[in-house]
Amino acid sequence: MKLDVVQKREQKTGWVLLLPALIVLLVVYAYPILRAFWLSVFTQNLGTELEQVFSGLSNYGRMFSDGRFWQSLWNTTVFTTSSVLLELILGIGVALVLNQAFKGRGIVRTITLIPWALPTAVMGVAWAWIFNDQYGVVNDILRRLGLIETGISWLGNPTLAMIAVILADVWKTTPFIALLLLAGLQSIPGDLYEAHSLDGATPWQSFWKITIPLLMPQIIVSLLFRFAQAFAIFDLIQVMTGGGPGGATETVSIYIYSTVMRYLDFGYGSALIVVTFLILVIAVAIASFLLTRARANAAGVR
Amino acid sequence: MAIAQSRSQSKSGVNWRAIWLPIAVALVVIFFLAPVLWQVLTSVKVNEDISAVPTVYFPTRYTLAHYASLFTRRPFGLYILNSAFVSITSTLLCLTLGAPAAYVLARLRLVGKEVILAIVLIVTLFPTVLLFLGLLEIVQATNLANNFLALIVPYTAINLPLTILVMRSFFQQLPKDLEDSARVDGYNTVQMLWQILLPMTLPALVTTGILTFIAAWNEFIFALTFISQENMKTIPVATAQLSGASVFEIPYGPIAAATILGTLPLILLVLFFQRKIVQGLTAGAVKG
Amino acid sequence: MLLKVSLRNATRRVSTNFVLHLFKIMAKLELKNLNKTYAPKVIPVKDVSLTVDDGEFLTLLGPSGCGKSTTLRMIAGLDAPTRGHIYLGEEEITYKRPGDRNMAMVFQSYALYPHMTVGENLASGLKLKKVSRADIERRVAEVSKLLGLEELMNRKPGQLSGGQRQRVAVGRALVRQAQVFLLDEPLSNLDALLRERVRADLKRIFAAQKAPVVYVTHDQTEAMTLSSKVALLNDGYLQQLDSPDRIYNHPANKFVAGFVGSPQMNLLTLPCKGRSAMLGDFQIPLPDLPTVPPEIILGIRPENVSIAQPGDTSFVRGRVNVVENLGMNYLVSTRIESHNAPTQIVRALLPTDRRWNEEEEIALSLPLQHLHWFDVQSGDALIGRQMAGVRS
Repeated sequence: MKLDVVQKREQKTGWVLLLPALIVLLVVYAYPILRAFWLSVFTQNLGTELEQVFSGLSNYGRMFSDGRFWQSLWNTTVFTTSSVLLELILGIGVALVLNQAFKGRGIVRTITLIPWALPTAVMGVAWAWIFNDQYGVVNDILRRLGLIETGISWLGNPTLAMIAVILADVWKTTPFIALLLLAGLQSIPGDLYEAHSLDGATPWQSFWKITIPLLMPQIIVSLLFRFAQAFAIFDLIQVMTGGGPGGATETVSIYIYSTVMRYLDFGYGSALIVVTFLILVIAVAIASFLLTRARANAAGVR
Repeated sequence: MAIAQSRSQSKSGVNWRAIWLPIAVALVVIFFLAPVLWQVLTSVKVNEDISAVPTVYFPTRYTLAHYASLFTRRPFGLYILNSAFVSITSTLLCLTLGAPAAYVLARLRLVGKEVILAIVLIVTLFPTVLLFLGLLEIVQATNLANNFLALIVPYTAINLPLTILVMRSFFQQLPKDLEDSARVDGYNTVQMLWQILLPMTLPALVTTGILTFIAAWNEFIFALTFISQENMKTIPVATAQLSGASVFEIPYGPIAAATILGTLPLILLVLFFQRKIVQGLTAGAVKG
Repeated sequence: MLLKVSLRNATRRVSTNFVLHLFKIMAKLELKNLNKTYAPKVIPVKDVSLTVDDGEFLTLLGPSGCGKSTTLRMIAGLDAPTRGHIYLGEEEITYKRPGDRNMAMVFQSYALYPHMTVGENLASGLKLKKVSRADIERRVAEVSKLLGLEELMNRKPGQLSGGQRQRVAVGRALVRQAQVFLLDEPLSNLDALLRERVRADLKRIFAAQKAPVVYVTHDQTEAMTLSSKVALLNDGYLQQLDSPDRIYNHPANKFVAGFVGSPQMNLLTLPCKGRSAMLGDFQIPLPDLPTVPPEIILGIRPENVSIAQPGDTSFVRGRVNVVENLGMNYLVSTRIESHNAPTQIVRALLPTDRRWNEEEEIALSLPLQHLHWFDVQSGDALIGRQMAGVRS
């Protein structure tokens, strides 16, 4: 493509204005990933006295038989799937509520936004307090309802800890999904519903035949974002349970962090990073594919 | 916890709506507000009430001792300043780098523009936990541990994609004639950006700035890893580490107070800028 | 030497500096074989050459897509031509930056900077060129007085009406004292009444200064009333470059003839027999042509068609098809039928003293001096000796 003078000038100016941002992005994003790929074929830990020793694919081999890794992968999957599903359902619900016109809607929207705006780590501490076995609110309510006698040790029980963490995460990120879906809902023309109800459809049917299909692009976008975020969840779990009890809530990112920071096993940690990265890439690719298909569908429905 | 879902969209179900809607709204409000309110309550309860079983929901006595202890036992004021400094600086840096980049991607016909846009979009999905190792090496190599720069630069990078995407969609909405007119008048690109276009996108800059500020304030993993000096810590790290004061005594009161104080700026931001925040979020995410 | 500018009821004396400045920087604008190609099939400007001298007001006229706006943008420097050259005076400016060409442009949407006041808008270009504060104030004051903007100086564009904004846009261009003025359909966004008034104002304003003006419009009334020269463009080519008068009375081809003039000129494709063209069963004498083609296009404006009088050599008879009441006249469209030829429709502007009914028989005179002839293949005007009495 031959460029004329005006276009050539644009090129120069464009690159000059773009470069600073691009450099920062590359340094912070590209370098660590590339570095992880590189370092993953080395062994660098306390055993090698923190010297880099080339070890080929041994780190990856180690991962195969690393029970803790697979456990963390499992935990991450459980966490991610449960969180995202719950958030989706609740998000749709909240979005539907916010889509209605009622007095004080702005205030309710503001309230909805608050969990999203607060630091995950700080609220993690708050949730730990809420789930506290002796003084926690949850136990208190359950006791008052007569469902239990003594306080449950939420964070001390593997299954319950996972539930608690999922709940905290759902609380934190449902607003984000709800607001995204709300935007999508508001772009669905009202006459579609009117026409459908004239055809004799109940609201329930309208929901499944109109709302969901047309909302699909937004749903997939939110799922994509949330999947990426949930997969790499760190702040919340680190603060609430530290990965315990006994690794029950240890997700991949917690494992990576402790591998690096506590065990100082840099080579292996890099390998873990690489694998996590690749899993993410594949998931995003699949989701993008689904997204384009859903967008086409939505266009067809309209 | 049971959540009712209001699905009444038809115009004929007026009665249903009158029943379900208030319930649903109330549930939504309770669900989202409860944890925060609980912390507020805990922060002003006296220690006996805090550790009372069954839980005291309507205390008869109040105290501000927990808030006070934040400033006497720990340099909480310093934590707030640290968070503020890092957040504001990285926000300004982000806008400074991001707005011109957004303009380029919005208006100029650059070779490889699609590639760059794709990169910006993809990078939005990167979890920061994957980056901390490489960045840790850089921080150690350049001796930037316990230096705010180690936070400012990564925070800027984390917020650049959203900034660029949001500002880009704003620039695209500006009338093209304006830029032609400016060029004929003699403005070069930088002058045009600074004197004409940016003033017109002020609302967008404010919105993006708020989103960036919130993200920077809330960031945890980098702040945890790169800053170990006590008086340089940011709020999230400091609050989380309050719990480790002593093995047997966990200061729930002060923790609650820290939660409230440390998040007050954010709550205020949300209160005042709710509309803009929602706009910015959906603009950035929907464009993906 | 002073230049007197007469406007409304005021007579102004313009300072000597202003005048000397004018004479110092005036120059001729020349376009040579301009071509703009975006892609093999997308060529908005194929080959355009023209000149605009000092004191001239050139209008680029044509239908949408004819290339007039693209040509204007190339003159301004906003787009670079694929081929061809642009000269301002002695200097070639084909690839010069827009800001360095010393040209001022008025946009269809006015493109006023919304966050600046009217005063700041007017001054913005001057501030960039580092003109002295005193000079800026003086020039802005002059122009705002000229355009009646004095009370609006502190308002922002959002607080102005369409007409006021248009004046500010013109003012912003004038204040620059540029070497060339470019206007891109500046009246299109005004309502019809305002458009007429502003048209007259624009004519006065630009007549009072010497810099060449290039004006783009699709409205032929604007072109005819404002310009000293009209360049009619179609499909990227220049169809005719002439004074409005000649464009109207001596169109160079079928397109020009059909584009200019309202109601549109009658353009009839007629077979030729001997030395006449056959309109139905009637013979219309052909002009002197080297060879007589099998077919020819006859053009005559509806206002030149009248009721046939006894003794007319060139006339046709037919039935009234439709009568449209235009207020000042009737536009009577007449069917000319014949057994061996397709039906032709001739439109005539007739006075309102006689009413016409459909299907009524009517005889129309087609005076030879008002006939235009065009080649069927190329559309070009065929020049031949007309009957006596022709103004050429």
